[in-house]
Amino acid sequence: MSLVVPRSVRRPLPRWVEIGVLPLVNVALAFLVVGIIARIIGVDSFHALKLLLVGAFGSSESIGYTLYYATNFIFTGLAVAVAFHAGLFNIGGEGQAYIGGLGCGLAVLALDRYLPGPLLILLAILAAAAFGAAWAAVPAWMQAWRGSHIVITTIMFNFVASALMVYLMVNVLIAPGSMTPQSRGFADSASLPSMQAVLKSIGIAVAPSALNLAFVLALLSSVAVWIFLWRTSWGYALRTMGHNAEAAIYAGTSIRRMTMLAMCLSGALAGGVAVNELLGVHHRIVLDFPAGYGFAGIAVALMGRSHPLGIVLAALLFGALQQGGAELSFEIPAMTREMVVVIQGLVILFCGALAHLPRPWLQALFGRRG
Amino acid sequence: MQSLTAAAAAIELRGIDKSFGAVHAVRGVSLAIPRGSITGIVGENGAGKSTLMSILYGLYRADAGQILIDDRPVDMASPRDAIAHGIGMVHQHFMLVDTFTVLENLMLGAEGGPLLAGGFAAARAELARLGREYGLSVDPDARVADLSVGEQQRVEILKVLFRGARMLILDEPSAVLTPQETDRLFEILKSLRARGVTVVLITHKLREIMAVADRVIVMRQGAVVAERLTVETSTGELAELMVGRKIRLDLDKAPAERGQTMLAARGLSLVDRRGVRLLDGIDLELRAGEIVGIAGVSGNGQTELLQVLSGIRPPTAGQVEVCGRVIDPARPIDPAEMRALGLAHVPEDRLRQGLVAAFEASETSILGYQDQPPYCRNHLLDAPAVGRHCADLMQRFDVRPQTPGLRSSHFSGGNQQKLILAREMSRIPKVLLVGQPTRGVDIGAIEFIHRELVKSRDAGCAILVVSVELEEILSLADRILVMSGGRIIGEVAADQADERALGRMMADA
Ligand SMILES: Nc1ncnc2c1ncn2[C@@H]1O[C@H](COP(=O)(O)OP(=O)(O)OP(=O)(O)O)[C@@H](O)[C@H]1O
Ligand SMILES: [Mg+2]
Repeated sequence: MSLVVPRSVRRPLPRWVEIGVLPLVNVALAFLVVGIIARIIGVDSFHALKLLLVGAFGSSESIGYTLYYATNFIFTGLAVAVAFHAGLFNIGGEGQAYIGGLGCGLAVLALDRYLPGPLLILLAILAAAAFGAAWAAVPAWMQAWRGSHIVITTIMFNFVASALMVYLMVNVLIAPGSMTPQSRGFADSASLPSMQAVLKSIGIAVAPSALNLAFVLALLSSVAVWIFLWRTSWGYALRTMGHNAEAAIYAGTSIRRMTMLAMCLSGALAGGVAVNELLGVHHRIVLDFPAGYGFAGIAVALMGRSHPLGIVLAALLFGALQQGGAELSFEIPAMTREMVVVIQGLVILFCGALAHLPRPWLQALFGRRG
Repeated sequence: MQSLTAAAAAIELRGIDKSFGAVHAVRGVSLAIPRGSITGIVGENGAGKSTLMSILYGLYRADAGQILIDDRPVDMASPRDAIAHGIGMVHQHFMLVDTFTVLENLMLGAEGGPLLAGGFAAARAELARLGREYGLSVDPDARVADLSVGEQQRVEILKVLFRGARMLILDEPSAVLTPQETDRLFEILKSLRARGVTVVLITHKLREIMAVADRVIVMRQGAVVAERLTVETSTGELAELMVGRKIRLDLDKAPAERGQTMLAARGLSLVDRRGVRLLDGIDLELRAGEIVGIAGVSGNGQTELLQVLSGIRPPTAGQVEVCGRVIDPARPIDPAEMRALGLAHVPEDRLRQGLVAAFEASETSILGYQDQPPYCRNHLLDAPAVGRHCADLMQRFDVRPQTPGLRSSHFSGGNQQKLILAREMSRIPKVLLVGQPTRGVDIGAIEFIHRELVKSRDAGCAILVVSVELEEILSLADRILVMSGGRIIGEVAADQADERALGRMMADA
């Protein structure tokens, strides 16, 4: 960790190029490759691109779905980023979201007969966060006190979460008389209002979609994460630990406690997926609702440079790919769902692993005297 | 001037210019370094010495100018080019892989083929030869993390020699060496010179320049302001050329007025997990209004003593009492609580402990105090207050450039040190622990830092200074403790001590 990287390895670009232009060039490169592949399988790439864009942004309904998917990506992207700022690689967003859903669902199932809607929803959100945090706390504890590496344990905890949920859904929480492993439906009072309903109440008419108030919660969480990381002494200590653990010890930060704090926050944020999915859409506990969002969060955080604003933008891109890609494979059968996954993979490749590929060209373009 | 550059130049720089944003670090530098000579480069912190050498080594690209090696213009696009042209560099900050052994570090980038075994055997033999020839002995199988700072330095030098460099750049190589090790290094440099190797040596220790260099180049604010043959100059003249004014390093301080005991250690011991006794029954007392100096060859427990006294590591036996709070194995403390008691700590290793390289200077300026008002209320940081605080520290301690928004790693070594000192001293602590207060700091700043320390002492602060610079200990301390093998082996009143007597005590142990 103490190896000093020569200061020149990354020559500085102007900040606006770094934040604004570089990611765009990365996305453009990814789409260039996608276009070439589309050609090879005999699809008109411009037509496909148009379908993708229209599918993602063409109507208020498609925009709604894009934002609904983006909500999940924001939560998991933030989850990965918070841990990452502490120098921790949380691969367990998937499991934390899943167990967050358990907490959320249990809270509603236990209380929806007694409590009024707003209070119920608030408690359910807190339960989602608390259960997500608890599921992250175990690997954190094992690293802080026992030295088991968090990357390994969080991966394993995804499987444990999945197995646990299957067991609970099939044996315990299944609705009486039901053939599918899902819980009884939540009372209507436990539903997060859909965005359509909210906008309608202030006089804006949009088509119905899965978009619900969890999107607002995700945006608020982004702001909160920014404030936490850069404007509180806890965030300061957390980032210190991530950059230089020895300096953190010197400053009086307990590495153990900070590891716990960072992971719990991370898990709590991952729990947000459950809020969007269960309170917003399914209105019951269902199997497999995290559907890979936890893993995608790593790419979102990577692409968003672990900054909340970048994460929101990256999440929008991923949401658009998800929604537009679905439309695309519907319209052009040759562009199968697998192709959409390939597109996502290419975006991740060019924005993450190859993010610095265009750097020399941009340096030549935008001068080094910046 | 002409005569200085008459010999065939191994390295020639023409009109080198380099800016970092608004900072004009190197301004049109032209110079020639004759083959087979030792050339010193001196200058204030931030004068651009390291930057200039980084350009020569291909780490930075100059905005303008030309580099000539053996009279041929070359393009130094990366260190790889520099190495190909026979240039080796030993950095101010080590560039070793901590978890690798000495041998593995040596071979990094020179593995000699995809299968390591052959390379290892050859490297081992070569290392033994270098060790014999230059007296630079290091255990090839030791992990770098387990080596003392001085030993790591030797590995760095060995690494460059291992690659057969004909031109050697050393950036403050002696900053971390003991006097004995420094003498040995200079013997090596002289024997290298005898074999035609060209040496460029950056240092803040003017006496070293006088002792080992043939010529010296003085830099100020990015430009070369003078060139001298060492036989024709003096430390006084050099200091004045560097700073632009006369320097007085003799501290005329009043005798200490010792007050209450602020820190007392009794039977303090520290045994690590492998059972090595790092501290062994340390007794020591520190009173308000005095400076106690700890002298000793580095690696004799000074680092661990600072760690225990500052609360970073709990002792395994014995106790420390700080401002009335007793710390022992059963009642450990953490550094934050220590700070709350009024203890401040300037760590020995600024890059590893004292700052966060990726943080802005303003963020570094509150490290350890991030919970304290006025920077923070109810856990909310007040960014403007932090910025003002940092600007204030920079002003008072003359940290350059005075840019709170600049990344901490973009400050020159000496300026990083000044920022850390400023941070710790500005809190007006009751007890101040200082490790290597002026490591890598220029002569003008040394004068300043020493005066500030004495001022704090006179204001009633109890100060413990650990330094490998005997001269520094002698001029700063009121009492001197000599440490060896984790124990305090003697105490001398400063006015009765001299360098030779202390050196003997350290050696006899
Ligand atoms: N990567 C960088 N980005 C911005 N500024 C830099 C960078 N590197 C160096 N500087 C600035 O350039 C100037 C020269 O720095 P340099 O490290 O060369 O000084 P130096 O002479 O080696 O000082 P010292 O004796 O303290 O090591 C300083 O003002 C420093 O802050
Ligand atoms: Mg330097």
